[in-house]
Amino acid sequence: MRPSTEPQPLATPVDLAPDPVIRFQNVSKNWGSNQVLKSLNFEVAPGEKVSIIGPSGSGKTTILRILMTLETPSEGLVKVDGDVLWDVTAGQKVRETRQMRETRRKIGMVFQQFNLFPHMTAMENVIEAPIHVLGMDKAEAKARAADLLNLVGLGKHMNHTPPQMSGGQQQRVAIARALAMRPKVLLFDEPTSALDPELIGEVLNVIRNLAHTTDMTMLMVTHEMRFAEEISDRVVMFDNGAAVESGPPAQIFKDPQQERTRTFLRAVLQH
Amino acid sequence: MIWDNNFAVSVIPLLLEGLWVTVRITLLGTLLAAVLGIFFAILRRLAIPVLSPAVSFFVVFIRGTPLLVQAYCAFFVLPAYGISFDAFTTGVVVIGVNYSAYMAEVYRSGIQGVPKGQWEAATALSLPGARTWSRIILPQAIRTVVPMLGNYLIQMFKDSAVLSAITVVELMATAQAIGSSSFRYLEPLTLAALLFLAISYPASRLVNRLERRYAPQH
Amino acid sequence: MSAVIEYAPLLWQGLLTTILVTVLSGALCLVVAFTAGLARLSSHRIISWPAGVFIEVFRGTSLLVQMFWLFFALPFFGIQLHPLTAAVLALGLNEGAYAAEVVRGAIASRAKGQTEACIALGMEPALRLRRIIIPQSIPAMLPPFGNVMVDLLKNTSLVSLVTVADLTFRAQMIRSSTGQTTAIFITILVMYFVLSYLLTLLTSWLERRYALDRKALAAQRKESQLMKVGAA
Repeated sequence: MRPSTEPQPLATPVDLAPDPVIRFQNVSKNWGSNQVLKSLNFEVAPGEKVSIIGPSGSGKTTILRILMTLETPSEGLVKVDGDVLWDVTAGQKVRETRQMRETRRKIGMVFQQFNLFPHMTAMENVIEAPIHVLGMDKAEAKARAADLLNLVGLGKHMNHTPPQMSGGQQQRVAIARALAMRPKVLLFDEPTSALDPELIGEVLNVIRNLAHTTDMTMLMVTHEMRFAEEISDRVVMFDNGAAVESGPPAQIFKDPQQERTRTFLRAVLQH
Repeated sequence: MIWDNNFAVSVIPLLLEGLWVTVRITLLGTLLAAVLGIFFAILRRLAIPVLSPAVSFFVVFIRGTPLLVQAYCAFFVLPAYGISFDAFTTGVVVIGVNYSAYMAEVYRSGIQGVPKGQWEAATALSLPGARTWSRIILPQAIRTVVPMLGNYLIQMFKDSAVLSAITVVELMATAQAIGSSSFRYLEPLTLAALLFLAISYPASRLVNRLERRYAPQH
Repeated sequence: MSAVIEYAPLLWQGLLTTILVTVLSGALCLVVAFTAGLARLSSHRIISWPAGVFIEVFRGTSLLVQMFWLFFALPFFGIQLHPLTAAVLALGLNEGAYAAEVVRGAIASRAKGQTEACIALGMEPALRLRRIIIPQSIPAMLPPFGNVMVDLLKNTSLVSLVTVADLTFRAQMIRSSTGQTTAIFITILVMYFVLSYLLTLLTSWLERRYALDRKALAAQRKESQLMKVGAA
């Protein structure tokens, strides 16, 4: 027998996937008789950049809104970073719990309509929640906000209010505002859909930068196919309340396996 | 027992008489206000030198001064110049003129809301001015202001209590008279309040419904 | 006009009382408006229902009936209010009920996205209201609040009927002792008119002051001044 001078290497499992940061388990969402999500199972790994594509009304946005607790699932389990966000059995009446509030702190969201606070300047928008929710010192919050506004290219617009800014600028402030809460997961709900075509680029640049330089988990619903292809680790095709197909962008865009994905991509990539 | 039920029941007939006077004042006052209001609105819109600004000032002045003081003026000042009516008529005229100033504003916004194309179409058809007003503009303007008129009717119903100060024997004055003659104010005043509520609450519900029905159709 | 000049000190006192009643009941009106208006919006029925009853009762009955009730009927419960107290209470509660509907309407009509953004930033309901929703709703509330305040000012004349010695009360006194009806009443009509005009001016100044982007304009002015100073 050989003396074991070196520590024995532990048996490595073949498939060591890290624990998912987002997990949907049998999640359904009904609007009356209309089933928006059909018993969805869906996971996102830490640091993963995932784009969700698909026709309107396919339930894409509902996933983000359930994660942000803006909508209540009709049934199912949702976990974020190991903590339960939703645990709903069918027909149960759900109330907001402390656990839910704590858990959703890990998530930030960028809205299609920006939803900036119109009575506050860009700076005030960004420091509001860090000061009043995280209890951050005002000077520190301001310094960080200045960094973030510089990061999104708006260092010169800190004292402007939303009505004085273009849509692209507003959306960049909204991104800075979400980042100021240091979320583990950042949700983008069609972040460029409300923008004039010439303003889309500046917002995509900011998001691209984030995707390349941070290890934040990003989950994005988008109609910008080329952009999704470029920045995503994984693309999920949604239709009729279910994930039809999921895979690396190269596969989804170049070699889709499902007929439904092919028709959809043909329709949106035509022009 | 603070509340004397027998006494309360015994004063109900008197209070209902008072309520009937209040209702008559309100209906007549609203009628007067609705008609005068249209005239004020049209006069302001026509931009006649001197007259239109005078009407505008009158409207603003009425809206900027208390109904009670206006009532005192009509009750004490006018007779000094040989103009005198009985209290009821004075009350109707005072509250009608007061509300006409508010209704003039309502009509004005209603008239402004009629699309410019309606005026242009009337001109293109060579409709005379009076015809344009009576058949084209006012019917459309009034349609949108019906719910507002309803709101003012309910408001006038409650405001008419002020006229008790110039000896109009309506609901409020009746309650007060019962109180001062019997030294029991609780029952008549509470019943008067309930009677006001019993009419104005359902009425405002009804007006809310009208508001939805008459909402501008686009 | 001689009576007006002779009795000017009395009218002046009456004017001060009118202003006092307006300020006191105006303050009460604002407190009532926000308390009842916000309570009306609560999702808990135990809170919203009483607020609803309060608003409907005070809007559904006459101000004068309420004032007389507080002054003449409340003593039957062993509570005798000072005339001024009864007057201010009635005015504040009555106009407050109207203003509560203004508060409720302005807040209920805020864009849903604002609340969603607050949730996404982890802001609790109380913080949302205090920092985001109410400040945003103020500009929309100001014009109707201005109307309520002008109404309140005009309705202070009713306090003369519960023996508060306001402008109208003094005018009645002077009228009965001098008989110079016309001059006295024209004078106080003009005084009331000037007061309501001043209130309208105050409201529109506040509207400009609290317009949404004004703060930013002020900040920019400061900024450009600093730059000028820096350049010089």
